[in-house]
Amino acid sequence: MSKRYLMIWFPYLVTDQMAIRQEELKGQAYALITQERNKQMIVNISYEAQHQGLRPNIPLADARIILPSLQTFKFHAQKEQKLLKAMAEWFIRYTPHVALNSPDGLFLDITGCTVWKSEEQHVKEITEHFANKYHIKIGIADTLGAAWAIAHYTKGQIAKPDEQLSHLLNLPPKALRLEEATLQRLAKLGFHSIDSFIHIAPSTLRRRFGDEINVRIGQALGHKPEAFEPITEPSPYQERLHCLEPIQTAKGIEIAIENLLENLCARLQKEDVGIRSATLSTFRLDGKLQQISIGTNQPSIHIKHLFKLFELKIKQIEPDLGIELFIMEITKVEALAKQQEALWQAQAQTDLGEIAELLDRISIKAGKNAIRRYLPQEHHWPENSIKAVTDLKEQPETEWPMHKPRPTVLLNQPEPIQVSVPIPDYPPMTFTYKGEIHRIAKADGPERIEQEWWLSEGKHRDYYQVEDEKGQRYWLFRSGHYDSKITAQWFIHGFFA
Amino acid sequence: MQRSLKQIIIERLQREILDLEGFKTKTEYTQTKLGLRALENNFPNHTFPTGTIHEFVSEKPEHTACTSAFISGVLTKLNNQNGIYIWIGKQRQLFPVGLKKFGIQPHQIIFINLVKQKDILWATEEALKCKNLSGVISELEDITFAQSQRLQLTVEKSKVTGFILRTQTERINATACAARWQIKPVASENEEHLPGVGFSKWQVNLLKVRNGNTASCTVAYYHGQLAVVETVNTYPFTHQAIGS
Repeated sequence: MSKRYLMIWFPYLVTDQMAIRQEELKGQAYALITQERNKQMIVNISYEAQHQGLRPNIPLADARIILPSLQTFKFHAQKEQKLLKAMAEWFIRYTPHVALNSPDGLFLDITGCTVWKSEEQHVKEITEHFANKYHIKIGIADTLGAAWAIAHYTKGQIAKPDEQLSHLLNLPPKALRLEEATLQRLAKLGFHSIDSFIHIAPSTLRRRFGDEINVRIGQALGHKPEAFEPITEPSPYQERLHCLEPIQTAKGIEIAIENLLENLCARLQKEDVGIRSATLSTFRLDGKLQQISIGTNQPSIHIKHLFKLFELKIKQIEPDLGIELFIMEITKVEALAKQQEALWQAQAQTDLGEIAELLDRISIKAGKNAIRRYLPQEHHWPENSIKAVTDLKEQPETEWPMHKPRPTVLLNQPEPIQVSVPIPDYPPMTFTYKGEIHRIAKADGPERIEQEWWLSEGKHRDYYQVEDEKGQRYWLFRSGHYDSKITAQWFIHGFFA
Repeated sequence: MQRSLKQIIIERLQREILDLEGFKTKTEYTQTKLGLRALENNFPNHTFPTGTIHEFVSEKPEHTACTSAFISGVLTKLNNQNGIYIWIGKQRQLFPVGLKKFGIQPHQIIFINLVKQKDILWATEEALKCKNLSGVISELEDITFAQSQRLQLTVEKSKVTGFILRTQTERINATACAARWQIKPVASENEEHLPGVGFSKWQVNLLKVRNGNTASCTVAYYHGQLAVVETVNTYPFTHQAIGS
């Protein structure tokens, strides 16, 4: 049985997607540009821009002359690839074999896929699905080459089996996917359509244009093979466990979880990825669905550790009459960090893995927000001088500031105190905090810290480090300037060691 | 003759038990772990015990600030700046920037904020099981003897040093901890006659030492070093520390 191929070409793949995401771009002329040496080149254009005379691969400056109102956006090659890949995955509903034709086309191997619906019906269905969303052009033929040519250079037709030659005859030589040099030579010699040279003997063509032209003609007509590389089908990280007898005990659930984890982790290990989050769904006899989820700080395939995380949550499941089906689904995976097998644990080097596992257990019980690490931030305002991070490995970008005295304990909110001050801009003599009077024996300061006007507004603070008669050390500040009308408010903000 | 042999055996067994409990025998010509000889002489074998639980009592936030700083200084001495620590507490009040002064790398501390006492105890035990940690500090209001015994058994296996900060001082009960400390601020020391607040100085009280002596001394923090300024033996000697 001869093969059948369908080619789908998205002439405006990325620009069409942008119009779907951003309503206001619909019906507008816009282009995606990239920097190429010292000039900006147009990579992709929208349908409207094409109709107003623009073409891809021209400098932006030229395009502006043709169309001054042209809107431009930056082009991301990865984004285009990702979109095409997603499209390819969507087309798996029609055939198990889908291949990418970068940058903007897809090949579908539809051999034997037209038992229930004819090819025409398929084309109609796909066209209807993409109407008003993506511009598409479809070609169907026995060979990849012919399907490509029909999709790109006709209005979209179906070449009946063994009839691809007649469809190719009127097309330009470009439709054979020839190299630019060959195309130029063909044009120079007056070959403007395929029928003018396709019947010439191959040996003559090879002498004039090299071997490539014979290969391409052969591929289009089906004499020569062409590789078809289908994408691999994404398979979800999911494991099911059916139980012959409904499970009612916690021990039974534990065994089920262990079983599922073993299977999943064996697969993950081969793919070199680890679990970041996973969900266990249990289906009870009476049809009730119960779920427990776990998350980890670092990708893990450590069965014992993952089991411990689930173990903390088993209590939440009510087996009642019994559970008949367990489904473990991994909702997030991440590449595993390369681990070096150590023969012995050096004393100086600490293994973060064990600590990460400890934190996982704690975060399952107490929530992710309970765990914090702090790194310095370049701000003078004390509340902003540290930032919380969750990553275990993140190192400070700047040194911890040491040049100014900072307390060991900082109150979450500065608390107002009553003071008696001898003269302005001097530290207080006494202050009352929580009903206790402290007489100040020694003091340092003031250290003025201004509000960061680009972040917040308010009064500055004049900080004093003071020590009372008992030797207890405090961090006090006065908010704002002295004023004859309003008495300045004093606060306590921390305790020094 | 018979009796003295018995005594010798008992003493040897006591030493073995001490060894298991984290009081490692001091080898000759080594420096003390903390550089605070006057303080460390009160512990069995003249060493600051690691791989065990220390209990710190502080009733006021002023005392907590000093205790935190002292613990930071001790941890730095023990681990040479590259350890990872876990600090379990009720609310975030410790200011990492201020701890840097006492030698510790603030980004090496993982803070865990928990509300319930039960959760803090659970997290403390879990953390103490983790061999890769250099220290676990836990702010607890209260701890019963059985709970402290359980933590002590955990560290005997993992050799992690635990520090318990007790804030509830009205009811102080017996615990299985190696030592009970109390650290209070005293007037700072100024160099020459320079004005302002000087170097941090604390009154360090060893209220209880298992198999050791109680003691009290003043410790100051000069130029990144803990140093004993003066020793006041306000507590009567109960007995000679074993191994001294």
